[in-house]
Amino acid sequence: MAIRSFFVPFLLLVLWFYSSLSPVLSLYEDQVGLMDWHQQYIGKVKQAVFSTQKTGRRRVIVSTEENVIASLDLRHGEIFWRHLLGSNDVIDGIDIGLGKYVITLSSGGSILRSWNLPDGQMVWESFLQGPKHSKSLLLLPKHEIDCINVVQTNLKIEKDNVIVVFSNDRLHAVSCIDGEVLWKKDFETESFETQQVIQPPGSDLIYVVGFAASSQFEMYQINARNGELLKHESAIFSSGFLRELSLVSSETVVALDSTGSILLTISFQNGEISFQQTPISNIVEDSSGPAVIIPSSVPGIFAIKINSVTIFIRVIGKGKLEVVEKLNQETAVSNALPISESQQAFALVQHAGSEIHLVAKLAHDWDANLLKESIKMDQQRGIPHKVFINNYIRTDRSHGFRLLIVMEDHSLLLLQQGAIVWSREDGLASIIDVTASELPVERDGVSVAKVEHNLFEWLKGHMLKLKGTLMLASPEDVAAIQSMRLKSSEKSKMARDHNGFRKLLIVLTRAGKLFALHTGDGHIVWSHLLHKSEACQSPVGLNLYQWQVPHHHALDENPSVLVISRCGPSSDAPGVLSFVDTYTGKELNSLSLDHAVVQVIPLPHTDSTEQRLHLLIDSDKHAHLYPKTSEALGIFKREFSNIYWYSVEDHNSIIKGHALKCKCTGEVADEFCFDARDLWSVVFPSESEKITATVTRKLNEMVHTQAKVMADQDVMYKYISRNLLFVATVAPKGSGEIGSVTPEESWLVAYLIDIVTGRILYRVTHHGAQGPVHAVFSENWVVYHFFNLRAHRYEMSVIEIYDQSRADNKDVWKLVLGKHNLTSRISLFSRPEVITKSQSYFFTHSVKAIAVTSTAKGITSKQLLIGTIGDQVLALDKRFLDPRRSVNPTQAEKEEGIIPLTDSLPIIPQSYVTHALRVEGLRGIITVPAKLESTTLVFAHGVDLFFTQLAPSRTYDSLTEDFSYALLLITIVALVAAIFVTWRLSERKELQDKWR
Amino acid sequence: MAAIVRLLLFAFLFTAPLFSLGSRNGFTINGRVKIPQGFATKGFALPGRMSNVKVILNGGQNVTYVRHDGYFSFYNVPSGTHLIEVVVMGYFFSPVRVDVSARNPGKVHAALTENRRGLNELVLEPLREEQYYEVREPFSVMSLLKSPMGLMLGFMLVVAFLMPKFVENMDPEEMRGAHEEMRGQGAPSLSTSLPRGARN
Repeated sequence: MAIRSFFVPFLLLVLWFYSSLSPVLSLYEDQVGLMDWHQQYIGKVKQAVFSTQKTGRRRVIVSTEENVIASLDLRHGEIFWRHLLGSNDVIDGIDIGLGKYVITLSSGGSILRSWNLPDGQMVWESFLQGPKHSKSLLLLPKHEIDCINVVQTNLKIEKDNVIVVFSNDRLHAVSCIDGEVLWKKDFETESFETQQVIQPPGSDLIYVVGFAASSQFEMYQINARNGELLKHESAIFSSGFLRELSLVSSETVVALDSTGSILLTISFQNGEISFQQTPISNIVEDSSGPAVIIPSSVPGIFAIKINSVTIFIRVIGKGKLEVVEKLNQETAVSNALPISESQQAFALVQHAGSEIHLVAKLAHDWDANLLKESIKMDQQRGIPHKVFINNYIRTDRSHGFRLLIVMEDHSLLLLQQGAIVWSREDGLASIIDVTASELPVERDGVSVAKVEHNLFEWLKGHMLKLKGTLMLASPEDVAAIQSMRLKSSEKSKMARDHNGFRKLLIVLTRAGKLFALHTGDGHIVWSHLLHKSEACQSPVGLNLYQWQVPHHHALDENPSVLVISRCGPSSDAPGVLSFVDTYTGKELNSLSLDHAVVQVIPLPHTDSTEQRLHLLIDSDKHAHLYPKTSEALGIFKREFSNIYWYSVEDHNSIIKGHALKCKCTGEVADEFCFDARDLWSVVFPSESEKITATVTRKLNEMVHTQAKVMADQDVMYKYISRNLLFVATVAPKGSGEIGSVTPEESWLVAYLIDIVTGRILYRVTHHGAQGPVHAVFSENWVVYHFFNLRAHRYEMSVIEIYDQSRADNKDVWKLVLGKHNLTSRISLFSRPEVITKSQSYFFTHSVKAIAVTSTAKGITSKQLLIGTIGDQVLALDKRFLDPRRSVNPTQAEKEEGIIPLTDSLPIIPQSYVTHALRVEGLRGIITVPAKLESTTLVFAHGVDLFFTQLAPSRTYDSLTEDFSYALLLITIVALVAAIFVTWRLSERKELQDKWR
Repeated sequence: MAAIVRLLLFAFLFTAPLFSLGSRNGFTINGRVKIPQGFATKGFALPGRMSNVKVILNGGQNVTYVRHDGYFSFYNVPSGTHLIEVVVMGYFFSPVRVDVSARNPGKVHAALTENRRGLNELVLEPLREEQYYEVREPFSVMSLLKSPMGLMLGFMLVVAFLMPKFVENMDPEEMRGAHEEMRGQGAPSLSTSLPRGARN
């Protein structure tokens, strides 16, 4: 049996090849950037300090509202380095010390840090304590700026190295070199509120001024060298002060009285306090309403704002005031910038329609402009919020200015010589909601051939690739291959692709701006700042919903999204709806509502133009139907009795279920308004349980099959219901931080609740566990992450829920004869027979967010996407969180893919989907199914953005990107050649045989 | 095993007290992050460059960065059992549980939560390096042969050149038997094995 004995090893060999071929899940280093992109942002700039020494690169140091300190390249706006501080470590002030250290004051003035300017390495850190909380002020003697401008004078005074910090009601002097506290000074006066700390240039004195009680002005004069109190003066002004001061010179401040109608010029020259009162109406005609002081530090000039008019007032001599300019437009003022020993400049930015006007002036000469420019500005950036000024010496020794502007949409722009040098879209650092939208269908006439130029080019490309795989490529070739792969014009095309990889990500930022990002390379397709209307001056964006997704009937319509915003900060402020076309970014319609929006329920019904019906619940528990059309009302009426929802009242630990009752019984007849009734409520005992997390399934999730075939040919039916709610409660004591409770007094209870009936299907208590709880719900399982205080490790638990009422459908004969109950209607009001399985595992890291992959048909196995504390996203196969894992799985279970039980979940570095990148400040992970079943699109956002494609079960339905067509061609050619050769050989052999 | 030995070798003497009592109710935790030079770093975090070493207390309650020598401090920490995590790209650090109590200030009570190893001083070292990318294997004839095309070619060669040799060397008796068998089954093994190979 030689043939058989030959074939068996051969087949084994083939099988071995096949098994060893198992393709890797992760990425090769040269594949970075092919399917993923990463964008770094910093957030809205709060404060900026320029560092433009002769030596070294020009930078600007910024602190932002996302709590980032960053060093940006002044030429291109790129980030040199960046640090994100903790959320309760808010930055109070930044400055540059000695020209080489960045000094930051944070945590309400209690932590002072120094960072190395070139590379962002922390040099020292000081903890400043004090008797009570107060305003935090950071003051660095401004010698280095003088040094730049007056290069010749070599100022090297000892006190250069001193940082003066006022925080926690204590004045500290800290050494700039090592962070050592040189001296500190407490202020004994009760209820003393410091407003300003002033150090007149070139003197050894520090003035600390502020208010005590409401009508007393206090001034302390302190020796800067040793903290000795030299003088303490106070004066009473009977009608009281508003808590804001504007500094007009080193010994004069301006304040407003408590009614906001009288300006007080307070001078404390030589320690003598003197008031000078000037009613605003005396200097400003037609002034109405109270004034507010705009904080600025321009010598001799201060600004007040009455209604929306900004008024600049100059202080002349002994408390005499003079209005220099009134500006009606939105105006931002920079701080003063010393440009020579006696001159200080500052900048004004005004918004005027599609342009912004920049003016730079000298502080003592209002009429002469150092700079006057107008720059065209994208309307979608809104009004300028902040401006920072910096100067440079031109070649003709005159002063040039560059301005750093923060706009309403949080973007950052550098303007120089009448042009925008660079701009950063830092609004994208604070995304609050994301949704995906399709791109337009490709129009006729654009064919693949146009993209691939011609066949020769195409072949050349593939030959290069082949060279690459055979490791024959020279370094230039490798570079060519890499650039070819990255630049693939296919990727960023503005049309739908066959696999559904190209989409638009519509994101809503905290600034109230919508961006459409292309999934191919992350570029911004359009952006749109939500319009302000008369009714609503400051809409706060809340949520994004898909309003219209045309795919069947209304293909000629563009898809649109619904943006829900709120008119003001309080939760019962009236809502605003905006409808935005996702192809063009144009606002189609905007509705100012007369009710608040507390909850939005997208219904699973659409009208004939594919507009989705939405139910908006207001604060009075009325439900409002949108769109307000009779057709929508007709559809809604049919489903009237099938609409259920729930609400969570965090503060008193109640979950309530609601259904619709009848039309609103208000005085105004509104047929789109409905009253709700309470169906059930689950009240958790408030002394032992507090709700920390509630999760439901994603509405658009697809489940392929309800049946799960076990190893022993058994079938289990997943309990798949859209109406399941996962609730986690913790002991009220344990709702704080880790380390604040002992294991005995902390527990976590997990519930599965049916939201139609309020029935609790499952309840489990984890003793000695603590939040924060992060959970994700998909199909019939929920995975949640919490802290185990006994083991002092994080834990992840899985609950799977199965339907027992269908368990007797296992009999094939029943199925064949149609005696099964698979198609029978299920009512949630009948008592469900369910069983649950659960298991817990240790997990190493703290978690910031958990998501699950979602695919078009739900066939592909699932992966959990875990955003770790290190701002990475880890993909973890759901198989690791299978409650049927056991220590010694049977052979049959192993074949089914059950992994032997381990106490902790593995962290495989190659399965970080963010590979060697970090999504700084990670907040959320969103998955969007592609059209190709194997693939899911993953978008992670925080301060940074990251996007990638993921194939949880590998790309089984398409060829991978690195598939070599050239090799295939060569193989085919070789096979054809071999066929001919063997044919010739066999012919010759036959001939020889015949001759024999 | 080698990694552990190396870790022990690099464990340094640490003299600064772990805790010090603050003036208010809080304590200060001092510690140090050490990335041993022995780790062959690949670009993520160069040894000695500590600017991106983040130290996190209690899952984000406090965040701090280390100084150039690796030292870090948390201020105003209440007494209790806390968790410290170190984040450096390219390294895997075990979280550390640290007990802070008023009863024995200055005494270290810290343990790695991953392997429950106690620490005498709060010197945090990576357990292992993390390699985020798959390493491309250098080109070899085997990898080419393993590819579906290689398999196709190999199989063809085997059938074209080796098979006739086998057939030639075969016993005529056996040959006849095999022929009959084939007629009976219709070349079974090939047809079942081919689609498998083609699935790659």
